[in-house]
Amino acid sequence: MPEAAATKRSRDSVRNTLMVAISLSLVCSLLVAGAAVLLKPKQLQNEAEYRQRIILDVAGIAESDADPAIAFAAIEARMVDLSTGDYVDAPAVDKFDPIAAASDPELGVRIAPESDIAAIRRRARFAPVYLVRTGDEIEQIILPVYGSGLWSTMYGYLALEADGNTIRGLRFYSHAETPGLGDQVDKPAWRSKWRGKKLFDDNGEVRVEVIRGAVAEATPGVADDNAYRIDGLAGATLTGRGVTNLIHYWVGPQGFGPYLEKLRGNAGEIS
Amino acid sequence: MSDTRKILVDPLIDNNPITLQVLGICSALAVTTSVMPALLMCVALTSVTAFSNATISSIRTRIPNSIRIIVQMTIIATLVIVVDQILRAYAFETSKQLSVFVGLIITNCIVLGRAEAFAMKNPVGVSFLDGIGNGLGYSAILLIVATLRELFGGGTLLGYRILPLVSDGGWYEANGLMLLPPSAFFIIGLLIWGIRSWKREQVEQADYQIHEVHRTGVL
Repeated sequence: MPEAAATKRSRDSVRNTLMVAISLSLVCSLLVAGAAVLLKPKQLQNEAEYRQRIILDVAGIAESDADPAIAFAAIEARMVDLSTGDYVDAPAVDKFDPIAAASDPELGVRIAPESDIAAIRRRARFAPVYLVRTGDEIEQIILPVYGSGLWSTMYGYLALEADGNTIRGLRFYSHAETPGLGDQVDKPAWRSKWRGKKLFDDNGEVRVEVIRGAVAEATPGVADDNAYRIDGLAGATLTGRGVTNLIHYWVGPQGFGPYLEKLRGNAGEIS
Repeated sequence: MSDTRKILVDPLIDNNPITLQVLGICSALAVTTSVMPALLMCVALTSVTAFSNATISSIRTRIPNSIRIIVQMTIIATLVIVVDQILRAYAFETSKQLSVFVGLIITNCIVLGRAEAFAMKNPVGVSFLDGIGNGLGYSAILLIVATLRELFGGGTLLGYRILPLVSDGGWYEANGLMLLPPSAFFIIGLLIWGIRSWKREQVEQADYQIHEVHRTGVL
């Protein structure tokens, strides 16, 4: 019994407390750092492959069993300076992370609150675009877009025809909208509704919009308007509004607007 | 029943962490919309509980009383981060669905509860088994809830179509409520009711009793 009491006292001594605390912290930090460092390459590869698959999918050239890396090699990635709409060589497009760059003081800019319709506060000064070519002709342009939905920031890709106006597809790869309601933005049934819709009207205004209810019911007989309208999602009005806002932001003057304008003026070729 | 067997089997029904102790409810609501993420969550939680129990038990004689909870939390957090990193490297798609909930295993009451209540007082081997047992008890409930929610909420199981949906020309109208967290509350509540009707000894004593008051005076 006295022996047990002695162990107990030494166990609770300041010396032992410090010893246990320090050695435990050391061992644990080694384990955590080791796991993070060893598994990082594999995780980055997963992320990159996942995004490549999404880009291929939104372009409609995804073949389920083909290696995405091979199919992706046919897509040309370029970096765009958003303020001028010109292609730039630096920063390098394959290492660029728009989300990390947005909070970087050099690479990112703050968005003025009145023009921040996508509610993202900051964005990178540069953004990657992905060009799908058939021969020398540009067939599709794929733009990364993101913005706030109801609960979360939704990240996705918008694929456009070579005219920079007709939508080929929209696909989100990361969001946390309401399961069963808002998460329909990710479902094939709703994604297919975007195909063939137009972003801009003849005056160059951004008109595309997710409406409430179904398109045919909303405006019977006004076929012109329906080119810009997409069926709303039942029970997910705010998510739909978020999608409208983020597309308006990213194809507008703050986003890829200057780039798309040059693209339309020069039949797809920008120096 | 031998002791080891008892440690493994008890938490399945007789001492289930969810239905008897009502611990770990938050993740049981969040990750049970479909079976696949629930399954992965079960594996993650069971392994974390088992290894944290074993680790804490192995150094239990050295842990100073004054910082024992911090020590337990540090060990649990380390294991959870390692599990999270492994999932992100080798089960990428599902780990995207689980998102923050793997990280939240750290705050899962079952893990800390078993460390404090069992591993601090028992040798390594039985502590490890206790972790496995409680993980399996948690898993059993999670999988029952996830099966019901995925089947009635979307008509699928593990992604395979079981009930053809009306929207695809079938006969089953998906029950959207099943995909929202409250449905897990209802299912867990019904499970607890069912188990306690079957095993009366799990019914708790009322905290206090309302006595009938005999009024004699006139108000």
